[in-house]
Amino acid sequence: MFGLGILSGLLIVPLCGAAFILTLGEETEATKRNARWAALATTILTFLLSLVAWGRFDATTASFQLIETHAWLSETTRFKLGVDGFSMPLILLTTFLMPFCIGASWLSIDKRVKEYFVAFLVLETTMIGVFQSLDLVLFYLFFEAGLIPMFLIIGIWGGKRRIYASFKFFLYTLLGSVLMLLAIMAMYWHAGTTDIPTLLHTRFPVEMQTWLWLAFFASFAVKMPMWPVHTWLPDAHVEAPTAGSVILAGILLKMGGYGFIRVSLPMFPDASQSFAPFVFALSVVAIIFTSLIALMQTDIKKLIAYSSVAHMGFVTLGLFTLNAQGIQGALFLMISHGIVSGALFLCVGVVYDRMHTREISAYGGLVKRMPLYAAAMMVFTMANVGLPGTSGFVGEFLAMMGAFRANPTVAFFSVFGIILSAGYALWLYARVIYGKLEKPNLQGILDLDFREKIIIAPLVALTIYYGVHPAPILDTFAPSTEALMQSMKTALSNTQTAAVVPAVAR
Amino acid sequence: MNAAQIVMPSLGPALPELILAVGVLVLILYGSFRGERSAEAVNVGALVLLVLALFVVMSQSGAKITTLNGSFIVDGFSKVMKVLILLGSAAAILLSRDYFQRERIDRFEFPLLILLCTIGMLVMASANDLIAMYLGLELQSLAAYVIAAFHRDNLRSTEAGLKYFVLGALSSGMLLYGSSLVYGFTGTVSFPGIVAALSDGNAGFGIVLGIVFVAAGVAFKMSAVPFHMWTPDVYEGSPTPVTAFFASAPKMAAVAMTVRIFIGAFPDVTAIWQQIIVFIAIASMALGSFAAIGQRSIKRLMAYSSIGNIGYALVGLAAGSQAGISGVVIYMIIYLAMTLGAFAVILSLRRGGQMFETLDDLSGLSRTHPVLAFCLAAMMFSLAGIPPLAGFFGKYFVFRAAIEANLVALAIIGVVTSVVGAFYYLRLVKVMYFDEPLAPYDPMPPGLRIVLGLSTVVVVLFVLLPAPLRGAADAAAKSLF
Repeated sequence: MFGLGILSGLLIVPLCGAAFILTLGEETEATKRNARWAALATTILTFLLSLVAWGRFDATTASFQLIETHAWLSETTRFKLGVDGFSMPLILLTTFLMPFCIGASWLSIDKRVKEYFVAFLVLETTMIGVFQSLDLVLFYLFFEAGLIPMFLIIGIWGGKRRIYASFKFFLYTLLGSVLMLLAIMAMYWHAGTTDIPTLLHTRFPVEMQTWLWLAFFASFAVKMPMWPVHTWLPDAHVEAPTAGSVILAGILLKMGGYGFIRVSLPMFPDASQSFAPFVFALSVVAIIFTSLIALMQTDIKKLIAYSSVAHMGFVTLGLFTLNAQGIQGALFLMISHGIVSGALFLCVGVVYDRMHTREISAYGGLVKRMPLYAAAMMVFTMANVGLPGTSGFVGEFLAMMGAFRANPTVAFFSVFGIILSAGYALWLYARVIYGKLEKPNLQGILDLDFREKIIIAPLVALTIYYGVHPAPILDTFAPSTEALMQSMKTALSNTQTAAVVPAVAR
Repeated sequence: MNAAQIVMPSLGPALPELILAVGVLVLILYGSFRGERSAEAVNVGALVLLVLALFVVMSQSGAKITTLNGSFIVDGFSKVMKVLILLGSAAAILLSRDYFQRERIDRFEFPLLILLCTIGMLVMASANDLIAMYLGLELQSLAAYVIAAFHRDNLRSTEAGLKYFVLGALSSGMLLYGSSLVYGFTGTVSFPGIVAALSDGNAGFGIVLGIVFVAAGVAFKMSAVPFHMWTPDVYEGSPTPVTAFFASAPKMAAVAMTVRIFIGAFPDVTAIWQQIIVFIAIASMALGSFAAIGQRSIKRLMAYSSIGNIGYALVGLAAGSQAGISGVVIYMIIYLAMTLGAFAVILSLRRGGQMFETLDDLSGLSRTHPVLAFCLAAMMFSLAGIPPLAGFFGKYFVFRAAIEANLVALAIIGVVTSVVGAFYYLRLVKVMYFDEPLAPYDPMPPGLRIVLGLSTVVVVLFVLLPAPLRGAADAAAKSLF
């Protein structure tokens, strides 16, 4: 239609929904209800559309598919969309989580409802855009544009320190990203184009790669977030409304990992190899250090936020092992963490809506009043720990296996992260769900209602399903990973300068 | 003298200037005969003249034509810059109507002064020798000094006019001194002549000194650091529509003149002026970002914002390449839209005959005036350079040109200061969206609606259809090389 393909459709549908909600007029009970239903319908429609795209997607090849090109800034910087094995699952994850976010905000958002859903739908467009852009300028555009709605979501509907958190979130990520923008310009200067498929076959001089890698790293490390630039995340998570946290943990954090796999690894293979020990060091520190910090938290959301940083440590660790297991594991962990951490934040939202506090000490013995909730929370906690049989296990296991092949010492230290994660997750679970139900205001707390059951049940099912049958996701990633390994291998063997880290090149 | 030697020069290329000049004279006569009651008609007449001139400019082919003994040039670059200048002036008249009526200083002289100023600016954009440049500049400046003090019973307005005049005269002197040095060491005032004299790339100390003084003069007109001191005071003291005018059209003319003089007259001695421009750009970007953080007055904030924005535009000039100039032009197009849009919102903050001009007066604007708040937020995110808004693309093109010209340090400093700048633009958004609402303001007059609507369209929809503006900027830059 109008020369637009299905990928443009994925960008346009949420925007149309947002435009429709904007026209709804004064905020009354009726418009609030209409805004909610319109947002839900839009996100479900987007999800269905992404399933259609998935149906047309051929998971057996590594090439870019469903490509669309439109004239844009110039001949060399075009509006080019396309998907491959790395981006398709992330797009599905995005469109899949959005209806849950709308559902989770159904009643808890009661003021400025229209603006809220508009911001969310615009955010959805920018997130999908990041994963399907095949032009670096376009990629940057969506990468940054997402800051605007997220800034508003945290700032308007957030908790007490929302203004501090929103500014910190915005400026931190912006500072990282502008360096990436300069790197994109430098790449344009060298290659004469910002077209990603062309750049994937461009060899940059080794010294230039170093600088470009560092500039991109500045952006992706903040977005990931990696230690020590992770401090914006706990603040943003704690202050954001439930659905904001879900999107933040579920999708926005994955943009950093996606950036590494889309740009840093394939385009700067030499630099990636020489910086791998540096990334390993940061990842191990992140895994152990933030897990220890998580043990100290008194706020449920903050604890989960720090656990996210630790899990992202496994992702960066896996990506920079530069072998197939590690990368596959990291990618799987991104998807699994998207589902599990999103679900955990939804679970926190459930009790927060009832009690309006996130303090761990305010809860206890919930299993007596909320057995269903306790069961669901159990599944997600176990998946967060990485128990076999849940999706969390597969990713962490593969990432560790890759790490063992790349560098056993690093793998040895990263194992502590798993032990510590069991510590904080079980401890959280025990203090919130078990124990005596002695707090008087908890006596009347109700179990999951119909809406919450609908939201949580699919997530429980997926967590377990992908835990026992990870093949659908891994098979989608496999051809692209294979192609990446192949191209990196050729690139590295061509480099005359001897490999700096012999262990990784094996 | 032999009569046959006096040949009437072709006046066709200067037709827009002539239309305005003749029109001004007619309107002055009309105004003086009709007295104070003529303000309405003169305003309409001025708008008609500007639109007429705009059509004439747009209908020019864009091919390079010189006239008046080579001192006046019309080319693709002057065409685009003149369109921007005329749009800026027309917007200033639209923005001023309602304000002056309510402040009871609705005099017919204001549109006339804007027109005179506009003629000066058009000449600046078309100047092809030092004399024509100075003539245009002085005509523009003298009219501007008067309109700064237009609210003559207001102490701050008269102070602004006086300050602007004294400092402006000083800077004109510097520019003139620099020009005389350039003339003295090259023996000519015409830009092509200067190019020929300096074509071996060897410039003596006298030329260097001349360029330094010329740069100081134009930096003042652009309000670039370190000659920016007048800007916050004049912006704050002048009546708000005048501030909107100062921040828009004269900036276009000053940048056009700067580009014309450095690219048109000194293309072979780039090494000399490039350092100066790099310094001015860095200093302006840094000051514009850091000094704005403490401001509570929106007009002062916009003053620092304009200083910073000139710094970003100069990054493109520092590159000295065709891509760089194209970046400058596109930056100025977008800057014009952002500035006019922002001032249209500021001018509509009126309740019961009183204007509100501090940051706190925007509190909760998104609740009382959602459309207004949305537009201003778009302007602010755009000024901060956040995609997908137009401001991002302005920065993208100038920084890309800087990287291509190997000015990596300049680009890095530029993007870092843009993050600092983002802080105070975000604060405006925060005040509008996160804070508690105040009583609603009066409805917006139609003139402001038109300006705000058009600017918002440019700022928000540039991402979807960048080709026309890109094409115009490329054509403009190409004509200079």
